[in-house]
Amino acid sequence: MMRVAVIRFPGSNCDADTLRAARNAGADAYYVWHRDRHLQRADAVLLPGGFAFGDYLRAGAIARFSPVMAAVQAHAEAGGPVLGICNGFQVLCEAGLLPGALMRNARLTFASLPVRVRVETDDTPFTAAFERGATFMVPVAHGEGRYVAPPEVLRQLEAEDQVVLRYVGENPNGSVNDIAGVTNTERNVVGIMPHPERAADPLVGESAGAKVFESMIRRARVPLGGTR
Amino acid sequence: MSPKFAVEVRVMPRRALLDPQGQAVEHALDALGFKGVGGVRVGKALTLELERPDSGQAEDDARSMCERLLANPVTEDFTLSVRPVE
Repeated sequence: MMRVAVIRFPGSNCDADTLRAARNAGADAYYVWHRDRHLQRADAVLLPGGFAFGDYLRAGAIARFSPVMAAVQAHAEAGGPVLGICNGFQVLCEAGLLPGALMRNARLTFASLPVRVRVETDDTPFTAAFERGATFMVPVAHGEGRYVAPPEVLRQLEAEDQVVLRYVGENPNGSVNDIAGVTNTERNVVGIMPHPERAADPLVGESAGAKVFESMIRRARVPLGGTR
Repeated sequence: MSPKFAVEVRVMPRRALLDPQGQAVEHALDALGFKGVGGVRVGKALTLELERPDSGQAEDDARSMCERLLANPVTEDFTLSVRPVE
């Protein structure tokens, strides 16, 4: 069974939903406290949404120095899958595991609404179960989700198929190129602003978000050095 | 004991990037009747004290703090000043 570490920072608040979504997809998911230095043989790592350390200084800026982040960094550098959702995305950018940064929403409002996103690539551990180009509804809930990156980085993201999700229609935060999620050059680290764990169960209406977690499980079955 | 230096750090959103907070403040000032106000931007200021042998070392360390934590290299620029504490 795939072992999935859900990291909890002080101020994480989507940890339970994320754990549940991972378990429903078939993972042996468990919490790891931010002060821990070990991921307990995790196959994949999930950084949930929330407001780690109250977003003090900048969202994710303090969390990236938590003891557990050294282990997350090592896991990522070894090619292990890492997904940051919302605040988790902010932490990954601050940690330098993903390019770019997330700034205050262009309209200064906290954006809490369902949005439609398009899956721009199925070539990541967290989108492999989607058809490329598929769209789905998923909630966003953030005050600082405006993705920005220097022009040369942006060109690379677009040219190298590193944009993972893009807002279709309404862009809730003014992100550049309507970007809602990106991956690193090695394609094992993914950050997304929307909350798939909140749209992962037919009970709450939308359930396409479950595919993010099913992707993680499916990818785990592909042997190392597999075709993708 | 090393002398103390007072460090002031100013962190501002990079000029090329949209600063919605600055725009909102600009609109509010206009609404208050302050006409002809432009270029409002909102950043943050941090102050700290450093014990270092000399001001050069204090400045070097303060710069390193800005680069590693206090400012985001993708979105923000910083300036800093260092002065001895009496």
